[in-house]
Amino acid sequence: MSGSSGQLKSRIDWISVGLYALFVLLGWMSIYSAIYNPESPLGLTDAAFYTSNAGKQLIWIGTSFVLIMFIFALDFRFFESFAVFIYGLFILLLIAVPFLGVTINGSHSWFKFGSATIQPAEFAKTATALLLAKYLNDPQVNLGRFKDQWRAALIIALPILLIVGSNETGSALVFVSFIILLYREGLPSEYPSILLGGIFLFVSALMLEPLTIFLILFFFAIILVILMPIYLQRMWQTYVKMALGISVIMTLAMLVEWVVNHVLKEHQRNRIKVLLDPGFDPRGLGYQVTQSKIAIGSGGFWGKGYLGGTQTKFDFVPEQSTDFIFCTIGEEFGFFGVSVVVILFMVFLWRLMYLADLQRSRFARAYGFGVAGILFFHFLVNIGMTIGLMPIMGIPLPFLSYGGSSLWSFTVLLFIFLKLDSHRSDMLSR
Amino acid sequence: MFEGRRLILFLVFLTVAVVFLGKLFYLQLIDDTYEKAADNNAIRKIIQVPFRGEVYDRHGKLIVYNTPVYDVYITPRKAYVADTNRFCALFGITRGYFDTVTRQARSYSRVKPSIFMKHLSKQDFARIQDAMVDYPGFSITTTAFRTYQSIAFSNALGYVAEINPNSLKEQPDDYYRQGDFVGVSGIESYYEDVLRGQRGVKYRMVNSNGVEKGDYKNGKLDVYPVAGQNLYTSIDIRLQEYADSLMMHKVGSVVAIEPATGEILTMVSAPSYDPSLLAGRNFSKYYQKLALDPLKPLINRPPSAYYRPGSTFKLVQALVGQQLGIISAGSVFGHAGAPVKCHVHTTAHNDLHNAIQWSCNPYFYHAFRKILYDGTTGDTYERSAQGLKRWSELVANFGFGRKLGVDVSNEKRGNLPTVEYYNKVYKGENTWKFSNIYSLSIGEGELVVSPLKMANFAAIIANRGWYIPPHLVKGVGPRRTLDPFYKNPVSVGVDAKYYPVVIQGMQDAVLHGTVGADGRIPDITMCGKTGTSQNQKGKDHSVFIAFAPKDNPKIAIAVFVENAGFGGFAAAPIASLIIEKYLKGRVDRKAVETKFMNMSYLANVVYNRPANRVKTDTLKK
Repeated sequence: MSGSSGQLKSRIDWISVGLYALFVLLGWMSIYSAIYNPESPLGLTDAAFYTSNAGKQLIWIGTSFVLIMFIFALDFRFFESFAVFIYGLFILLLIAVPFLGVTINGSHSWFKFGSATIQPAEFAKTATALLLAKYLNDPQVNLGRFKDQWRAALIIALPILLIVGSNETGSALVFVSFIILLYREGLPSEYPSILLGGIFLFVSALMLEPLTIFLILFFFAIILVILMPIYLQRMWQTYVKMALGISVIMTLAMLVEWVVNHVLKEHQRNRIKVLLDPGFDPRGLGYQVTQSKIAIGSGGFWGKGYLGGTQTKFDFVPEQSTDFIFCTIGEEFGFFGVSVVVILFMVFLWRLMYLADLQRSRFARAYGFGVAGILFFHFLVNIGMTIGLMPIMGIPLPFLSYGGSSLWSFTVLLFIFLKLDSHRSDMLSR
Repeated sequence: MFEGRRLILFLVFLTVAVVFLGKLFYLQLIDDTYEKAADNNAIRKIIQVPFRGEVYDRHGKLIVYNTPVYDVYITPRKAYVADTNRFCALFGITRGYFDTVTRQARSYSRVKPSIFMKHLSKQDFARIQDAMVDYPGFSITTTAFRTYQSIAFSNALGYVAEINPNSLKEQPDDYYRQGDFVGVSGIESYYEDVLRGQRGVKYRMVNSNGVEKGDYKNGKLDVYPVAGQNLYTSIDIRLQEYADSLMMHKVGSVVAIEPATGEILTMVSAPSYDPSLLAGRNFSKYYQKLALDPLKPLINRPPSAYYRPGSTFKLVQALVGQQLGIISAGSVFGHAGAPVKCHVHTTAHNDLHNAIQWSCNPYFYHAFRKILYDGTTGDTYERSAQGLKRWSELVANFGFGRKLGVDVSNEKRGNLPTVEYYNKVYKGENTWKFSNIYSLSIGEGELVVSPLKMANFAAIIANRGWYIPPHLVKGVGPRRTLDPFYKNPVSVGVDAKYYPVVIQGMQDAVLHGTVGADGRIPDITMCGKTGTSQNQKGKDHSVFIAFAPKDNPKIAIAVFVENAGFGGFAAAPIASLIIEKYLKGRVDRKAVETKFMNMSYLANVVYNRPANRVKTDTLKK
């Protein structure tokens, strides 16, 4: 059953490839719009075009195509066989970055090869997903067991620690998205529940006074007591448990306040304040969010038309081609445009998870959910921050944001899965 | 195992997507604050102020135009000065000034231009123009100052100044902005709307640093500036200058009108000021000085000063009395029984003609008494009221007690006493009678007129019964449009047949009556009437009204010289010189000219009395 190229082509999931291409095109259009100067528009034949962001992104897109070719040329077993090696390589790179790296945009996390720069943290996600998938591929591994949970956590924690060490908290947070992979592979529901509860508690601890939280908890406790079936014996035990629970939660809530005010750094604390209070310092710390909301909000239903934006084009929105590219879409294509992007993302995620569940090898399935999780996390944080629902973190929008590292890493992440998917019938024969 | 979890995960994703779409819906479709904020962010309005209209005299001579001046702006971030000392020398500024202004500019904004130097002249600009290329970050904006060809036409013209905060607040159409220039008085103020034109607006897109990035919406919203329209005045600037020179060392007014058209040939207010003082960067300095001057040079006296007409008003009495059928050319009144004296005691002046020629007070005392009492019924109080009513209605036709509608700001209505007026003053009906108000008969008492009204009155006599509302501008803009109000004759309701006797009296008053030798023009028939306007303090004002020539008159004039005494002494010679100048184009009576140019009455002027305010309670004199 040697796969001829014709068969390979037919087995590639063209829906995913098409959506990928659409995202990349939309991203490039927005980057071009951001550099577009109505008084002297740059064309493809202008030399200056290739030093602009749009020109450079075109080069990234071209090289991404080479990467895709390369991935498809590899044997599909390569990724599973070399997962440990790839992971190890990127861990080494992350260790080396503080010593050998260069600083770009205030972030000391880049390697420079000639004129190209690479951020290893971007690729470490793929490496981690591969190793996690390989680890879970062992039929002995059961995520219901604490021992295996602990090992999986270790795989995730190592790059997190290294990335936080190089001061890239935003990139490190992406690794939280592996909970989606683990959940699909059998992690007990308590873990994501505790994570969500923790986030909920964190936000309420910052937004509400401790007394208010206490009263809310107390109120729910009383309701619980009232609803409690009367035939339950040992009522006092329940009371003690409840009192204990309330005290633990209250302690945690106060701990959150203490952590935010004493442990977090000034800029991190400000990002959280900006999120909780939209009017906070609109010219200074809240500037990015305010300008971002102005740009999106001024779009209306149909937007100002392609190349017609004034906010994103004239540098009012900072980082308008990288982290805030969603603003350009919101301003120029309006509510219609952003709805299309959000819906397409949902279709894409659904398609990836659907394909993942079709896989016969656990390696490919777990990796597929890893991909979906990472993409979702980026979607959540990036769009969330442009509309003021998430704190500002330097996290790009997959496939759309400007930047070689970002585009390459997402391309590699996605197409390894599509490569694996194209061989899903071969997996069986193994 | 765990296949169902895909659905759970997707539901979580979907929840996030729905929350996002909800928030986006709110931002983009419901809350419109962001749309406005976006425009404020990125769109800059650039105002283009057009040049103000120019002003010409009746012969097409340019009186007022605009001189461009240059403002230098600095944009701190772009500004680079290699050698500050050389730069300061070039601009003619001190190092201290340079440091202060650049520091202020920096603290305002590093990327937006701030004013560096204001109002550079053309010469200064020419000097620095070439060197500007060496100094990036400095830019030039052109504005304009009013420039005057003549210093003689300032009060009626008015001036232009930055709009004051009150006017800014009270403007009806929100046109002006802080720092805009606006006509403040005279025709500059009256014709403000046509002179200023319409400023243009250009919308440019700017980036977050304030750097321009192109036209907004391809200039679709831009408004092009409309240039101000020129004013073609009826002023004869040579005559104006001549009259102005005659009014040196005096306080008062000259108004000359072309009777056939109502066009004002000359409107002089003395003392005056050099209009260019108020047109430059030293506005506030000179304005203070002029405003505090006790002689009030800023006031435009002709339409706004308050005077009693004095004996010139006897001409009104003569015309109104005839029209009412109460006196005629042949009516004769003696001196006896009148509380007023006659200046010239001859017996040959008892008819109307002689009474005018000699300005006989008792004659008009008796005539006015007859006007009030003849044909009226009841007691003397009631008869006085009936008589005054018919009298004041007719007198009002001459423009007394109301505005004539001249096209300068600040015209005052003056006062023409009516029945209602006296009822108010004496607090009740039938509380006053002829013996209380007889001063009116000789133009004193509660009568208040302006020099403009008296000049218009002279024009009415010259026209034998009608006038066209006096005006300073005979055409606006390239098509020389003129309000029909200034084209249509107004009849005063006194028949033409009653004028000859009055005119003959005026002619003889000049030739061998109240007017002295200095007021006679050898080869021109001038008809005139002297007046002596009593006032609260100080010497009487000298008043003279006249027109010439007698047939087909070309000019009607009123001259008021404050505190100069009898009308024949000062006002009549000055009026005669102006008429001679206008009709002949030259003045042959050089001795008279020199005498009155040098004559000063300032020593008599009572300083602490505002020129435009005379209390009207002088009944018991």
